[in-house]
Amino acid sequence: MRDGLLDWFRLIGGKTINAVWRIGSGTRFLFLILLYSGLSFRRFGLTMRKIFFSGVLSTIIIVVSGLFVGMVLALQGYETLQVYGSEEKLGVLVALSLLRELGPVVSGLLFASRAGSAITAEIGLMKATEQLSAMDIMAVNPIGRVVAPHFWGGVISMPILATIFSAMGIFGAYLVGVVLIGVDVGAFWSQMQAAVDFRYDIVNSLIKSLVFGIAITAIATYEGFDAAPTAEGVSGATARTVVTSSLAILALDLVLTGFMLRGWN
Amino acid sequence: MPTIRLSEDHLVDIAELHFGYGARPILKGINLRIPRGKVVAIMGGSGSGKTTLLKLIAGQLKPGRGSVKVDGDIVHELNHDGLYRLRRKMGMLFQFGALFTDISVFDNVAFPLREQTDLPEPIIRDLVLMKLHAVGLRGAHTLMPNELSGGMARRVALARAIALDPSLIMYDEPFTGLDPISLGVIGNLIRRLNDALGATSVVVTHDIQESVKIIDYIYLTAKGEIVAQGSPQELLASSDPLVHQFFHGEPDGPSPFHYPGNNYADDLGLKAIHA
Repeated sequence: MRDGLLDWFRLIGGKTINAVWRIGSGTRFLFLILLYSGLSFRRFGLTMRKIFFSGVLSTIIIVVSGLFVGMVLALQGYETLQVYGSEEKLGVLVALSLLRELGPVVSGLLFASRAGSAITAEIGLMKATEQLSAMDIMAVNPIGRVVAPHFWGGVISMPILATIFSAMGIFGAYLVGVVLIGVDVGAFWSQMQAAVDFRYDIVNSLIKSLVFGIAITAIATYEGFDAAPTAEGVSGATARTVVTSSLAILALDLVLTGFMLRGWN
Repeated sequence: MPTIRLSEDHLVDIAELHFGYGARPILKGINLRIPRGKVVAIMGGSGSGKTTLLKLIAGQLKPGRGSVKVDGDIVHELNHDGLYRLRRKMGMLFQFGALFTDISVFDNVAFPLREQTDLPEPIIRDLVLMKLHAVGLRGAHTLMPNELSGGMARRVALARAIALDPSLIMYDEPFTGLDPISLGVIGNLIRRLNDALGATSVVVTHDIQESVKIIDYIYLTAKGEIVAQGSPQELLASSDPLVHQFFHGEPDGPSPFHYPGNNYADDLGLKAIHA
């Protein structure tokens, strides 16, 4: 009984120490990325290639998902709004839902699954096949040459993808709400235009997606760089990227929404 | 035991080097000198700390005690910039090449030139083709790494390692997994490139057949220590039981076949049955 309890405390203690150590190590890694980011901007072609890798290659899933989410929102929203005779508010409902929450959060979750996992796998495999070591021996800093361009590529891509997601969602809602169901097209667009505030809705949406982009790419690059150089190590790191990034997005969303609703002061 | 003469000019000087991973000691007081212009092999069984030694020379690991001096600089005392300045004088061939898989053979060899120099692209092109010609793969410059055989990948990696004409070239198990022809080609290239570039080479290997043809001097490691050193001929003729076992590939001898463990009968539970 006593031994079992001690083992349990030892396990909890070990996991806590490991978690604290990883948070510290990850923070230090983020500082190193920022420290060695000069090359990512001096040779912007390196970052452009990573924008293609993370952003452009994620566009299809973002476009299709945005379209379907918008269509479903329109269907569900219309069902509820017509009970109160407020069908013309459909555009407002869809636009605010997408801009304030679903756009940044769902595109963040998709970005973590599609691009975050790919970033971790690429960096992890480069480590496992000694490509990062080879670079280091050639006096080329792998954090500056490989990790930082990935980081900035992801950070730049994420707000653009979230914007595309929201735009496609609104378009999907228009197709279902206006074209299919027959909501008045003038009411759909004009009420949306009147209700959406540039600073409160659009800028806050961009801020959220930017913060999610930083979190996802920081986690993805750290997990790849820290992965054990084995097949299991890389697969475990890839899975951790998706899980940790997704949880980070949801937690950050709660914090950011709280600040945005109550104001930053 | 024959040793390298003290009067010689040494590019690498390792003194009382200790290193361990956590509580597990890997190197225990290594003393080793590598003269300029020579091809020196570090030999020993698997897990004897050979690759760790290369990483310590390159400054990728920091010693627990002792020092590694390369070209007059104590490696672990150098700051980031100093270390990278020193590494520009080094080239390393990794065990499986470590080529960048997303770029072509040409771009792999051009990589250090583009990163470390401001040479115009036409000159980089000529230099890359010259390096690839030296390893016999000029005609393969458009191929991607996944289109190369193991031997070809190793040769491309060698061309990349010598792209900046380093004064120290390190080879980590260059003969592993190669067919006899590729083995001869790589061995011959190591010797020829060392002499042509006026470089110094450190070859970590346990391939005796191939190394004795090209090596000037051998350090034999076991259990984290240098247990023998000398020319290939001297070590082949050595009567020391460990050296004899290693160089003649004998399964029985001072180096045990079994990894240390519990009593065999205990592990099989035979003791309990007898009791």
